[in-house]
Amino acid sequence: MAKKHLVIDPITRIEGHLRIEAIIDENNVVTDAYASSTMFRGIEEILRGRDPRDCGLLAMRICGVCTGTHYQRSIEAVEHAFGVTIPKNARLVRNLMQGALYVHDHVVHFYHLHALDWVDITEALKADPKKAVAEATKWASVSGQLPFNASESVYKQVQDRVTKYVKQGRLGIFGNAYWGSKGFKLTPEQNLIGLSHYLDALEIQREIGKMMAIFGGKNPHPQSLVVGGVTCVQDIKNPARIAKFKQILKLARKFCKEAYLPDVYMAGTMYADEALEGIGGGLGNYMCYGDFNLDDLPFYDSKKLFPSGIVKNRDLTKVYELDQTKITEDVTHAWYEGSTNLHPFDGETKPNYTGFGKKENNIAYLDTKNKYSWIKSPLYNDERMEVGPLARMIVGVAKGDERITKYVTTFLKNGNLPTKVLFSTVGRTAGRAIESEMMADIMMEWCDELAANVANGDLSTWTEFDFDKVSVDTQGYGMAEAPRGSLGHWVKIKDGKVVNYQAVVPSTWNAAPRDYKGRLGAYESSLIGTKVANADQPLEILRTVHSFDPCIACAVHIIDAKGKELGVYKIDPTGGCRA
Amino acid sequence: MVDSQDMVKKVFTQKSARIDTNKGENYYNNLFEKAKQRLSTLKKQAPLKDIDMVDVIETEGINRRDFMKWVSGTTATLMLPPMFEPLVAEATELMNRVPVVWIELQDCAGNSEALLRSASPTVDDLLFDVLSLEFHETLQAAAGHDADRQLEDAVEHFKGQYLLFVEGAIPMANNGMYGTIGASGETFHEHLMRMSKDAAAVIAVGTCATFGGIPAAAPNPTGAVGVMDLVKGKPLINIPACPANPANMVGVILHYILTGQVPELDSLLRPKFAFGYRIHDNCERRAHFDAGEFVEEFGDDGAKNNWCLYKVGCKGPMTFNNCSIIRYNEGTNWPVGVGRGCIGCSEPDFWDKYAYQRPMAGANIKAPTGGVEKTVDEFGLGLLTATAVGIGVHAVASAVAGKKSEHNEEE
Repeated sequence: MAKKHLVIDPITRIEGHLRIEAIIDENNVVTDAYASSTMFRGIEEILRGRDPRDCGLLAMRICGVCTGTHYQRSIEAVEHAFGVTIPKNARLVRNLMQGALYVHDHVVHFYHLHALDWVDITEALKADPKKAVAEATKWASVSGQLPFNASESVYKQVQDRVTKYVKQGRLGIFGNAYWGSKGFKLTPEQNLIGLSHYLDALEIQREIGKMMAIFGGKNPHPQSLVVGGVTCVQDIKNPARIAKFKQILKLARKFCKEAYLPDVYMAGTMYADEALEGIGGGLGNYMCYGDFNLDDLPFYDSKKLFPSGIVKNRDLTKVYELDQTKITEDVTHAWYEGSTNLHPFDGETKPNYTGFGKKENNIAYLDTKNKYSWIKSPLYNDERMEVGPLARMIVGVAKGDERITKYVTTFLKNGNLPTKVLFSTVGRTAGRAIESEMMADIMMEWCDELAANVANGDLSTWTEFDFDKVSVDTQGYGMAEAPRGSLGHWVKIKDGKVVNYQAVVPSTWNAAPRDYKGRLGAYESSLIGTKVANADQPLEILRTVHSFDPCIACAVHIIDAKGKELGVYKIDPTGGCRA
Repeated sequence: MVDSQDMVKKVFTQKSARIDTNKGENYYNNLFEKAKQRLSTLKKQAPLKDIDMVDVIETEGINRRDFMKWVSGTTATLMLPPMFEPLVAEATELMNRVPVVWIELQDCAGNSEALLRSASPTVDDLLFDVLSLEFHETLQAAAGHDADRQLEDAVEHFKGQYLLFVEGAIPMANNGMYGTIGASGETFHEHLMRMSKDAAAVIAVGTCATFGGIPAAAPNPTGAVGVMDLVKGKPLINIPACPANPANMVGVILHYILTGQVPELDSLLRPKFAFGYRIHDNCERRAHFDAGEFVEEFGDDGAKNNWCLYKVGCKGPMTFNNCSIIRYNEGTNWPVGVGRGCIGCSEPDFWDKYAYQRPMAGANIKAPTGGVEKTVDEFGLGLLTATAVGIGVHAVASAVAGKKSEHNEEE
């Protein structure tokens, strides 16, 4: 039997537009894989020439999912350039908003974007609700918890509701999925637990959205961050607002401990063979920029919740210090001109769309020998890296961070799992769950810290600066972490205007195409060796790609660093220029 | 939730809010008759989902009284007189008769995320019981060819019946190469045209789909445009804002079910029930504007006392939207609430027209001295009427010029 060429476009349950092409051999094992983004907006180009104080609101629109993260990175890049250190209240508010975003993002990702790769909804309808209670109790007890739902009647209600939905003939958003695939391994009761938590999580995420709105005004796209601090004075002044934040946080934390982690134990155990084989492990190089300032020292001096660093070849005994000057981007296989490999401050790129390769039977195939994606290939010290929650956990452990090590080792010990399971699709999913629990725990402390600071009479939320002086000729970067991984915004400013802006985002690192040496990106690499049960239902490919939580609109952008050309620069080719 | 519905009703029925769409008794009587006929036709149609909405509403822990309260608030939100309440209730129960196809183009998924935060009805009700959501890339289980088939099947099966929700702008430069979708590599433009062909109505959600939004901001590297620049000869509704408020998405669907028509629209095709008045007209900091009390710098004493944000860049006086009333995330907060001020995100080209930390130059807005509560409403009314006239005049001028109409905040 010959090899087969699979084309999956659209990859759904992600943010943005992603296409995966995979070659599978006669045993249905993936031998080659290509990741491509098919949408481009050019937001960095749009930022050029603008007032640096306005960048945050615009840069935030890079993504509506990890919405507040780009906002904060952009504001921080300008603050770094201006040398402004924000007050304690502002730091805590930002930490709380970002923390809420992490928990929100991970919960939505696991249940609404990823769960349907693990959970077969049609099987859930065959479950015995009573047995489901016992099953849920079993998995919650792994970490000494009671289950989020221990009521037979609730499981019955969920079943009734979805049965009714299924019986009407049209499945809506659940239609045409890979139901019944041999790739699904959970029992009917386990599937019912997953389905039930899918519905619970819809409500939980709506509540967590309110946490971000309390200090941010709205979610998505909050509005309270400004260069120098935050604006939400009345919301930190009012103890009832912090109390409300904390009340929702408690619910979110309960859900993480009683549903999310137990479900990951459940899925991890049922898919343990794959995890132990390292299916979906990919590159094995992990990077973290570091994030969440724990004190009020100036930029990049303060202690972090997530320490920065690099781990290579899955070797937890060695960790390399991060040096931002070693980051470059390569465009050999991306739809941009040239094959430059330059640092974000010096990068230079222009769109050069060369389209698809051959077309057959109304299917267009990527021209994989040449250019095939709008995403560039970032490199760290000329090596490919994976970023994300798992990378944060791995770097944290390798660096000997006490808090992270405690959460990771407790997870592994409770689940009776060896460390190597982390280097897999299951491990990537577990890393996100571990991080959610840790984040929810520490946010309780930050809430108290904020309340105490305000109660002591500190209402300062903004640091004054002289814009005309600090914006003459400067540059800075906001390098930290987003829920999906390492995120950096680099900005150059001259005479109060942005002359160059560049963002290298988590999904650029992970979803990138091959580089100039032909080395694979993180998605591509993670798919090699994956066996699909049924070539017409590439469920296993979706599961691994989804384990990265793809965020493709974020990943696609354009850079241009020829600051001196401002004013004469014209995007080539142009379209509808107004300025 | 129910309490916030009371609040919504109160604000929507006050004089300043009501005036713009009050068409007089004849208008509403005619609309009422039309809606009644429409609902009885819909009722005869086989439901797309065999679910009794009355059951759903009751089993979901909402009793009839709370439901009617919600209905009453929603009727007010839609700027309809109270006599429409029974029809709105009926329309809610018939929402599952209307199939929805949601496509994403040059977007950030912010509007999809906003829909996920919908509070009334809640998102699980929307997904499972209320909407017949046939296609939604961010939420649906199927991928690749199976997703394509699902979409084609929905469009074929519900030919002429479905509402097409579009999120994201459309890149037109270089033959649309900046966005392709599906195995065949169809451009976003081709995709939009194919999907809208048999739609009953097209609803552009969020500022990218309505006016081009951020990708269309200068220098518009990809030649991005909004849906209304491309889709012609179809009922088209714009629900701008970044992201659009889910309450307005639900409102539009309800109105469509109620009347079979698009709601009354302004010259920018925005439903007047949501965009018929300015942020400024119902702002909680309005009294400070009238009293001349302004935040001068973030974090100053004015900021600590919740004074007006106009001088730190609030665009509330030039922005039409109902955020100051319904707010976000189940009424939790809104931008003016967190002391940042409105950025004007429901207005065309706002990224290029406005700076966000400075007031509009020459906006020519002066606070009346010694404002008291009574004049707050009257003042808002005056502004609104003047602007409404401005919009009309400008729309005619734009139509003559043959370009996208946009009102000018100076008028």
